[in-house]
Amino acid sequence: MIAIKNISKTFRQEKKVFKALDDVSLEIEQGDIVGIIGFSGAGKSTLIRSVNLLEKPDEGQIIVNGKDLAKLSSSELAKERKKIGMIFQHFNLLSSRTVFDNVALPLELDNAGKAEISKKVNELLKVVGLEDKANEYPKSLSGGQKQRVAIARALANDPYLLLCDEATSALDPVTTQSILQLLKDINQRLGITILLITHEMDVIKAICNHVAVIDKGRLVVKGSLEEVLSDREHPIIKQFSISKTVNIPQSISSTLKREPEAGLFPLVEVELNGNILFEKLLSVIYSDYKIPYKLITADVEYLGKASFGKLLLHLQGSPVENEKAIRYFNKNNIQNTIKGYA
Amino acid sequence: MLDESTVSLLFKGLGETVYMTFVSGFFGFLLGLPVGIVLFLTRKGQLLENRSYNRSLSVLVNVFRSIPFIILIVWLIPFTRAMVGTSIGVNAALVPLSIGSAPFIARLVENSLLEVPAGLVETARALGAGPIQVTRKVLLPEALPSLINNASITLITLVGYSAMGGAVGAGGLGQVGYQYGYVGYNAFIMNTVLILLIALVFLIQFLGDRLSKKFNHR
Ligand SMILES: Nc1ncnc2c1ncn2[C@@H]1O[C@H](COP(=O)(O)OP(=O)(O)OP(=O)(O)O)[C@@H](O)[C@H]1O
Ligand SMILES: [Mg+2]
Repeated sequence: MIAIKNISKTFRQEKKVFKALDDVSLEIEQGDIVGIIGFSGAGKSTLIRSVNLLEKPDEGQIIVNGKDLAKLSSSELAKERKKIGMIFQHFNLLSSRTVFDNVALPLELDNAGKAEISKKVNELLKVVGLEDKANEYPKSLSGGQKQRVAIARALANDPYLLLCDEATSALDPVTTQSILQLLKDINQRLGITILLITHEMDVIKAICNHVAVIDKGRLVVKGSLEEVLSDREHPIIKQFSISKTVNIPQSISSTLKREPEAGLFPLVEVELNGNILFEKLLSVIYSDYKIPYKLITADVEYLGKASFGKLLLHLQGSPVENEKAIRYFNKNNIQNTIKGYA
Repeated sequence: MLDESTVSLLFKGLGETVYMTFVSGFFGFLLGLPVGIVLFLTRKGQLLENRSYNRSLSVLVNVFRSIPFIILIVWLIPFTRAMVGTSIGVNAALVPLSIGSAPFIARLVENSLLEVPAGLVETARALGAGPIQVTRKVLLPEALPSLINNASITLITLVGYSAMGGAVGAGGLGQVGYQYGYVGYNAFIMNTVLILLIALVFLIQFLGDRLSKKFNHR
């Protein structure tokens, strides 16, 4: 449905030349939620802005429903843009307009009638759950509410595609989840395709079914969510997936010793990279090796048949037994680090 | 001291000053607002980026801004005569006042528009808005509080300019002050003129602040 074909973009500033996008290609099917993840400065915003030609690529094509957007006249392009909604990290609501009037803006641009506008806007405010805020100004809304208004505005022209430029990056984790759920809901109920960019793996895991990783202007990996997540060899994916550190609870960290001592047991951080199931790992330690342990914390996710995440194990067998467990980890390529002894 | 003719003289002067200030302010905006908008839109990175237009317009504005107002009045006399048929009086003063304030207003408008977050323009573009729609629906409404502040500054400047015009026959409080103060020193009239001018400036500032605040939802 949407094909990004070999686009490149170079920024020139005085004497500096910077290639922000380098031969990027990506196909997006109708109904997909595609996530592009990358570090700051990787070219994510430049890429997503290229899709509706807010940024004109130097080379390559954006083909939307068979049309090459770059070949359109400015009025034809404006028409196409109306069918592509966009939301932003900083919401970009007009401070001079109420919630109602912000959502009405796209309809006003189309010279819609008053009755039509009022009907549509109220409908949209219901979709995003803000009927009671219609007459408020954006400054009195929370970040999550602002983003809901922005989503309603983006939906006003009945788009088939929604572009999200770091839509949740300015929000707290709980609000982020609710916005992501709203997006997922919109995708399922209205059948709107979503292309989002983010620097957070959690966002990708929460709603995307296709993923691409962008690094230094190039798409280095793309595929389904599971394919990409299990590509553990890729250094970039690794950095994104397992960047979270596990916190050692204070009750343990206060007595944690760096060196082994009699009566102290090793505290091991174990990384699950999809090569062993969480339950399997625990049963190996407990049933096969018969090592008692305490599971201090576990942050594990299941994607298909694989587990990903980190856990903190306090092994409580004899030194020889504990050593066996570590050896088992190493033999099976399960990353582990001894955090100390307690 | 405060006889009837003095009072009516001062009232007439005040009325003329208010008239000159607001009418020329209106015409000044009529000229300066579009110029300011074009100055903004043709800037680098803006919707109608155009280096040569921006440069020429900018030079023109700067040239007019560099002419001292008193010189501008004199220089414009032939043009003023052609426009209003005379070069003295309140209506004649409107011509140099409007033309003198327009480039000043243009710069202020440009600055107001620069304060509008670029993301808003971008959002409107993403919604398929053209330059005129962006200006009407986004730039001007978002800049309104700042534009109102700048209008107060302009009107206050015009109070001063109109008084300057009074010295060369424009009428208003300037002329009253000049005639009764400079020609035959009358401390009472002089001081009253001063107080009236100060009060007018304070009033404009006060109303401008109130209005700007009313429209500011940021
Ligand atoms: N208009 C511009 N002029 C010059 N350089 C630019 C311009 N826009 C972006 N760049 C550069 O291109 C690179 C990619 O920018 P981009 O905004 O796409 O990154 P990003 O992945 O969205 O980063 P972030 O996560 O910080 O938003 C950056 O190094 C940036 O400095
Ligand atoms: Mg960005």
